[in-house]
Amino acid sequence: MSRLDIKNPSRAQTVLENLYRDVERHIEASPPGLCPVDMAHAFLQMCHAQSCGKCVPCRIGLGQLSKLIEQVLDGKATMATLDIIEKTARTIVNTADCAIGRDAARLVVDGLEGFRDDYEEHIKHHRCLAGLEMPVPCVALCPAGVDIPGYMALVGEGRYADAVRLIRKDNPMPVACAYICEHPCEARCRRAMIDDPINIRGLKRYAVDNAGEVPQPACADATGKKVAIIGGGPSGLSCAYYLALMGHQVTIYEEKNKLGGMLRYGIPAYRFPREKLDAEIASILSLGIEAHTGITVGKDITFSKLQQDYDCLYIAIGAHQDKKTGIPGEDSKNVMSAVEMLRAIGDEQMPDFTGKKVVVIGGGNVAMDVTRSAVRLGADKVTCVYRRRIADMTALPDEISGALAEGAEIMDLAAPVRIESDENGVAKALWVQPQIIGAVDKAGRPRPNKAALDEVRLEADIVVVAIGQGIEIQGFTQAGIPIKRGTFVADSAAAVGDMDDVFAGGDCVTGPATAIRAIAAGKVAAANIDEHLGFHHEIRVDVEVPAPKLNNRPPHGRINTTEREACERKHDFEDIECGLTCEGACTEASRCLRCDHFGYGNFKGGRIEKW
Amino acid sequence: MVTLTIDHKTVTVPEGTTILEAARSIHLEIPTLCYLKDLNEIGACRICIVEVEGHERLVPSCNNVVAEGMVVYTNSPRVREARRVNLRLLLSQHDTKCTQCTRSGNCKLQDLCNDYNLLGDHYIKDLRPVPEHFDTPVIRLDNRCVKCMRCIQVCDKVQGMNIWDLIGTGSRTNVGVAGHRTLADSDCTFCGQCITHCPVGALQEHDDTGKVFDALADPKKITVVQVAPAVRAAWAEHYHLDPKFATAGRMVTGLKQMGFDYVFDTNFTADLTIMEEGSEFIERFTHRDRYTWPMFTSCCPGWVRFLKGQYPRYTGNLSTAKSPQQMFGAVAKSYFAQQLGVEPQDIFVVSIMPCTSKKSEAALPTMNDVCGDPDVDVVLTTREMVRMFRGEQVNPAVLPETPFDSPLGSGTGAAVIFGATGGVMDAALRSAYWLVTGSNPDADAFTAVRGMDGWKEATFAIPGAGEVRVAVVSGLGNTRKLMRALDAGEVSYDFVEVMACPGGCAGGGGQPIHDGKELAEYRGDVLWDLDKNAAIRYSHENPDVQALYRDYLKTPLSHKAHHLLHTDHFAWKMPNQK
Repeated sequence: MSRLDIKNPSRAQTVLENLYRDVERHIEASPPGLCPVDMAHAFLQMCHAQSCGKCVPCRIGLGQLSKLIEQVLDGKATMATLDIIEKTARTIVNTADCAIGRDAARLVVDGLEGFRDDYEEHIKHHRCLAGLEMPVPCVALCPAGVDIPGYMALVGEGRYADAVRLIRKDNPMPVACAYICEHPCEARCRRAMIDDPINIRGLKRYAVDNAGEVPQPACADATGKKVAIIGGGPSGLSCAYYLALMGHQVTIYEEKNKLGGMLRYGIPAYRFPREKLDAEIASILSLGIEAHTGITVGKDITFSKLQQDYDCLYIAIGAHQDKKTGIPGEDSKNVMSAVEMLRAIGDEQMPDFTGKKVVVIGGGNVAMDVTRSAVRLGADKVTCVYRRRIADMTALPDEISGALAEGAEIMDLAAPVRIESDENGVAKALWVQPQIIGAVDKAGRPRPNKAALDEVRLEADIVVVAIGQGIEIQGFTQAGIPIKRGTFVADSAAAVGDMDDVFAGGDCVTGPATAIRAIAAGKVAAANIDEHLGFHHEIRVDVEVPAPKLNNRPPHGRINTTEREACERKHDFEDIECGLTCEGACTEASRCLRCDHFGYGNFKGGRIEKW
Repeated sequence: MVTLTIDHKTVTVPEGTTILEAARSIHLEIPTLCYLKDLNEIGACRICIVEVEGHERLVPSCNNVVAEGMVVYTNSPRVREARRVNLRLLLSQHDTKCTQCTRSGNCKLQDLCNDYNLLGDHYIKDLRPVPEHFDTPVIRLDNRCVKCMRCIQVCDKVQGMNIWDLIGTGSRTNVGVAGHRTLADSDCTFCGQCITHCPVGALQEHDDTGKVFDALADPKKITVVQVAPAVRAAWAEHYHLDPKFATAGRMVTGLKQMGFDYVFDTNFTADLTIMEEGSEFIERFTHRDRYTWPMFTSCCPGWVRFLKGQYPRYTGNLSTAKSPQQMFGAVAKSYFAQQLGVEPQDIFVVSIMPCTSKKSEAALPTMNDVCGDPDVDVVLTTREMVRMFRGEQVNPAVLPETPFDSPLGSGTGAAVIFGATGGVMDAALRSAYWLVTGSNPDADAFTAVRGMDGWKEATFAIPGAGEVRVAVVSGLGNTRKLMRALDAGEVSYDFVEVMACPGGCAGGGGQPIHDGKELAEYRGDVLWDLDKNAAIRYSHENPDVQALYRDYLKTPLSHKAHHLLHTDHFAWKMPNQK
């Protein structure tokens, strides 16, 4: 008997550790539409297995909760059962000795609040409200509902132009999304249950890079109806595209010098090369869409004039107004907003930051765009300042690591206090107050609090504020467009209040969001405008999707796209990403599990062929 | 073409063929349960799995296509074990009281379990206490359901009604009525196609044989049975008898043997329907501006329920003529009762129908015109009649032929084709032509409305009346297409025949079930043959129908005919109608 033993995990422990990882992945890839009561029940049983068994509430209470919820699921419960569940769960939250019991019961309490309807439906009608409307996870999670398994298969067969045509059925900007989409489609990819999600965006990029020029389909017969689109960003362009296909006469009014919206005036060229953007816009306009740039609605032309001249309007002006920090010194010279800086870059008026020290305030993707653009504009040093921790930043992890690789600094847990300027009012430094991370707020993010440390001075020739954007509502409020919390109010059909000829969508309704959400809003608006104008044009495409191959696929690593070396790419605005190789694209496409065919897909709703 | 090896045999099939169909092409049968070609190729039951060389896991053969050089084994120890396990899993949630199930002996699951010699129970029985409802002509018995999804598919893809759906997720996933309804408060047409496509006994008709046995045993009741045209083409399939041998005459003998006092033929009232509906059409056609167009046939209750549930604004377009079944009930309890010198209440009318929806038609509050009681007391499906035959040990193979009783037992060739798609239209046109011109057309002048196409169109000239544009549809999916086109003004017709079941009553939801086979065309051909060989092929020439008008009704559309033979389609509502 030795006095002490070196800890070596047993074989069972090692296998169990792997199991935990597998379960995590399994949960991550949960398909949409599951019964929340059933899931809560399953989680509760897992949590109960974690109990050490010392304390009454956890050892017995979790088990009883589980039995009670099972009664609900089996249709044997009454409304009184719900009261007992609630009382028991609260008692466990209040009396369990450790997090195992307390947080397991909290899941039940949260569920009783969050999906009480589901509980009641099970009790009163012995039925479940859940159901699988779109069983293919990637399609369900793509705001525009693009036929992802379809184009994965087409890429696998080398039919790149067909892939582009299939994407265009639901999203007229496949190139933009190939380069910059945040790919919500990958979040619940079923492949993650085996290894990792499919590199969907990477495959789309391979398709658009190799498709050559894909001609647009013919438009339907002219309807004689006229629609004006206010705003030539992704949402406006998408709406215009589908309306033109449906045979309506479309005119875009754009405030800036060029079309593209945030794709041009927000996203830097190193992420989305301008010639690609210009080509995609030209392709959309080739349907016969008229575009007037440099026209501000409300200034150069009134809203009511547009209402008179057109049968329908779609407002998609985006969110291009900068938000202020409100700290002293913000009006100093050389303090600018991200919107201003990216707009100038978009119009190819590059600011010269050579030798300058640049400080960027913010932690989102726009802050990263500004930071990385500043590096490329020749700055000597670029520091991104953020109130919370790097882990709390809303920017995509790849953007943060990319910025760091290109030599930018990130100073986290630093709250801007004031901007110091010289006698000429030119910014000299940003003072920040160090923070300590604190309690978690209602949204689930830990709040930063003032740390017991002194303020820090950050030398700064240029300060860029990148803390979010708002909507320029002037010219629209007078026209009676309803506004709530700074954005236009439109319903899920993109219709605006009781104005039956006005629709709105994109960032100006949602607040700053993603390109694909804006594109989806444009698609939705086009369908409902068509209907409003008294038509029912169907959008479809005659691309036949290849039959799936056998789905017996052993685990295989995900093929990622690579980037140009940081030391090289930081000097120019050329594309930083290297697309997949042909070998990589073929292999990656073959990893797709074809949920459109296997599983629930070939039973119901694997493919939406028209809309 | 793709060449592969299945069980050491080389086979070449077109690209895109499934492994299952490739195997069948060389007579290698891979067992299936949920599979229905073109309708349900979803790989849900995992019985059709096979081993494919180079693939670690087993592969369902119904929804995977062949590849060049593929090497397939349809039977191997691994495959056999997997099939047996999956069958046992199904059995753990299946109520295996086969002796009390109408599908015993005609059950896909029973066959497979027998084939795979499953002895003993390996799993804990896991039957669910799901509430069952017996208030509709179509019944679902939850613990028999194997979740093959065929009912959902046939209702969605063929009938376009979307009544059945998958309810819930996870371990409690079940088949139920879509939209959180019960069948009784849904807009189900009770066509019964879900029943005839169910591989097990989870779906069946409401069994009413007990009521008929009771009536047969009641000395105070005069039992009268009518047999629909399509029944004679299918009734003896259970006995594996050729329809040429298994004639209506042998069926009449069987029914008499069971104790029915009078065995009559719905063909008689099919001829009567033609007289009323044909006259109604001519009346409408010659006063076009008084009516909305087209006129729809009204003899299929599934279709009437469809129209009232889906397109209620077209209710006025239905012919007001009752269906042959309901005309029979009304005539039996009036004209025939009078002939016998008895009260209508003394007569018990039973129908044998190829249909489940007919049960709902007989139960309508409007179908009691003679005395306030239902004109038809009980409706049995063809399957129920066969069950009664079996219970009474009637052996059709040794029965002699007996003619139908008189006077409601005669029918023409024009009547017997009511059981096949296009038949009502064909028969109606034959008599409409005569009604207008006074002379008969060629009995085969209207062949354009025959055949298995789901949506047929034709235009016929009737001298003196003009061009009649007709359409014939069968299957409710096709019906919805036609209604949409009508509604959008893309098509226009004068007269439209609709049958809810694909192929008409021959493929009705009350007909015998043969898993994986669609027999509507075969049975329809039997009926068309009967017409071809009939002595009389025009409804207006049926001597007993002529006598009925002469002695009782006077003329078609007379006051008495209206009271007994026509109905108000507005006088009742579908559950989904406000």
